[in-house]
Amino acid sequence: MTRSILGKTSGPEAIRPELAQPGSELPPPPKARTLSRPGSASLRFGVTMLWLSLIVLLPLAAIGWQAVGGGWQAFWLAISSHAAVEAFRVTLTASVVVTVFNMVFGLLTAWVLVRDDFPGKALLDVFIDLPFALPTIVTSLVMLAVYGKNSPVGLHLQHTPPGVWVALAFVTLPLVVRAVQPVLLEIDRDVEEAAASLGASGPKVLTSIVLPSLLPAVLSGAGLSFSRCVAEFGSVVTIGGQVPGKTEVSSQWIRALIENDDRTGAAAISIVLLSISFTVLILLRVLGGRTARREEKAAA
Amino acid sequence: MVLAYIGVMLILPVILILWRTFRPGFGQFYDWISTPAAISALNLSVLVVAIVLPLNVIFGVMTAILLVRNRFRGRGVLQAVVDLPFAVSPIIVGVALILLWGSAGALGFVENDFGFRIIFGAPGIVLASIFVTLPFVVREVAPVLQEVGTEQEQAAATLGSNFWQTFWRVTLPSIGWGLTYGVVLTTARTLGEFGGVIMVSSNLPGESQTLTLLVNDRYNRGAEYGAYALSTLLMGVAVTFLIVKTVVQVRRKRARQT
Repeated sequence: MTRSILGKTSGPEAIRPELAQPGSELPPPPKARTLSRPGSASLRFGVTMLWLSLIVLLPLAAIGWQAVGGGWQAFWLAISSHAAVEAFRVTLTASVVVTVFNMVFGLLTAWVLVRDDFPGKALLDVFIDLPFALPTIVTSLVMLAVYGKNSPVGLHLQHTPPGVWVALAFVTLPLVVRAVQPVLLEIDRDVEEAAASLGASGPKVLTSIVLPSLLPAVLSGAGLSFSRCVAEFGSVVTIGGQVPGKTEVSSQWIRALIENDDRTGAAAISIVLLSISFTVLILLRVLGGRTARREEKAAA
Repeated sequence: MVLAYIGVMLILPVILILWRTFRPGFGQFYDWISTPAAISALNLSVLVVAIVLPLNVIFGVMTAILLVRNRFRGRGVLQAVVDLPFAVSPIIVGVALILLWGSAGALGFVENDFGFRIIFGAPGIVLASIFVTLPFVVREVAPVLQEVGTEQEQAAATLGSNFWQTFWRVTLPSIGWGLTYGVVLTTARTLGEFGGVIMVSSNLPGESQTLTLLVNDRYNRGAEYGAYALSTLLMGVAVTFLIVKTVVQVRRKRARQT
């Protein structure tokens, strides 16, 4: 069985390959060996691994090498410096705030897109993906236009943490929505109707029946949202302004370190960010898998 | 209420940018997107796409076939490695490449001894773009291969077809739409890549700036209108991609149902 660290290896219907559905994996290939003659398979495996090593593994290994190259002392110094800690604080606060916000509003948006009908719905559905398609620097300028000095809505958020939050919310908007939509589409309405006919009120149906089955998808989207927020750079560049302690995110601090030739420091902070992303993704996938399995057992 | 949220978050910014860009008139817009720096940026961006795309298609399809059609012990690891780029920040991609290929890096001999610049040269931008777009083709082609199954390939084999004939005439056409979708995603992402390229490029106007880098440069220099104009152009490209993506999806669904 192959497992993706994002938990999803099939169903491009969800359009966005970045989204994960916990619990779905590629089944093992069939026993027939058509494109899989032994000799050629080894060669193709070798070539593929060489390519992946060159492109993905070696660069990442270089970071690890550099981070530990200076010894534990240098590593610790880099990640506990005042600027690094402040940057972590800003980044993690923003990521948590935006992810929680997305969990609520992403769920609501998916609900509206699936269960309601209104003119322009199909168009809106396509446009939900706009933050994905837009280059991050363009997003940054767009955010600045709306929330900066000449803001038409009177909000002046440049150089403030809420400015960073708004930019991150824009970029991660599609993530929870697209994770929840397919699940919501597939939900069997019978159970809801049965509960209603047994006297359960609307909210009760929602909390006891619908939300639990959506929880894995919401968590999965939240995990992706959190990872994206932690890693984000381009979209917070102009509206954040890189104010140390207020709007400087970890990715910006890494860049500052590299430009000052502190390669060990940059590598150390990178390792921390990567570890946070991986841990959150794996954690949420495990949680999501467990919840999904519990649901299956309950439904059986 | 939800619609108001979407409206403010998504639609208001787009309309505002369009208004700000075209208010001084189309002439000024056109001037700012056809400056020499802009043309050179466009050339570089297109060049990068032209190199990244074939490489990702070839190796992506190869990887997908390997993942779906072959059994071997490292399959899970291969899948995880393919998905790795999704979890890595573009800045970290840049750092990784600098640490590996930079003149003080592990493979620094390539630059020092052969004079072949990767960091601060076009190859660096290409490598960064390949890194971030690596999963797209694989993840779109693999499920299609999975669904299509091996019946046709087996039939071809019984009729005496060898590996390459089977591949060209049976496998490749069946993954057509999946591959197209992966290509669309890869192109869009490569054109829009910013965090990775700002680290590995020397960022000189007219020389080593991609479209996204030029937008950033103009903003930093205070040429705000120029930055917005180019942004609008990129936004138009993004919207075009969204439409193409949707069309491909619809066609794909239809093809599946026949």
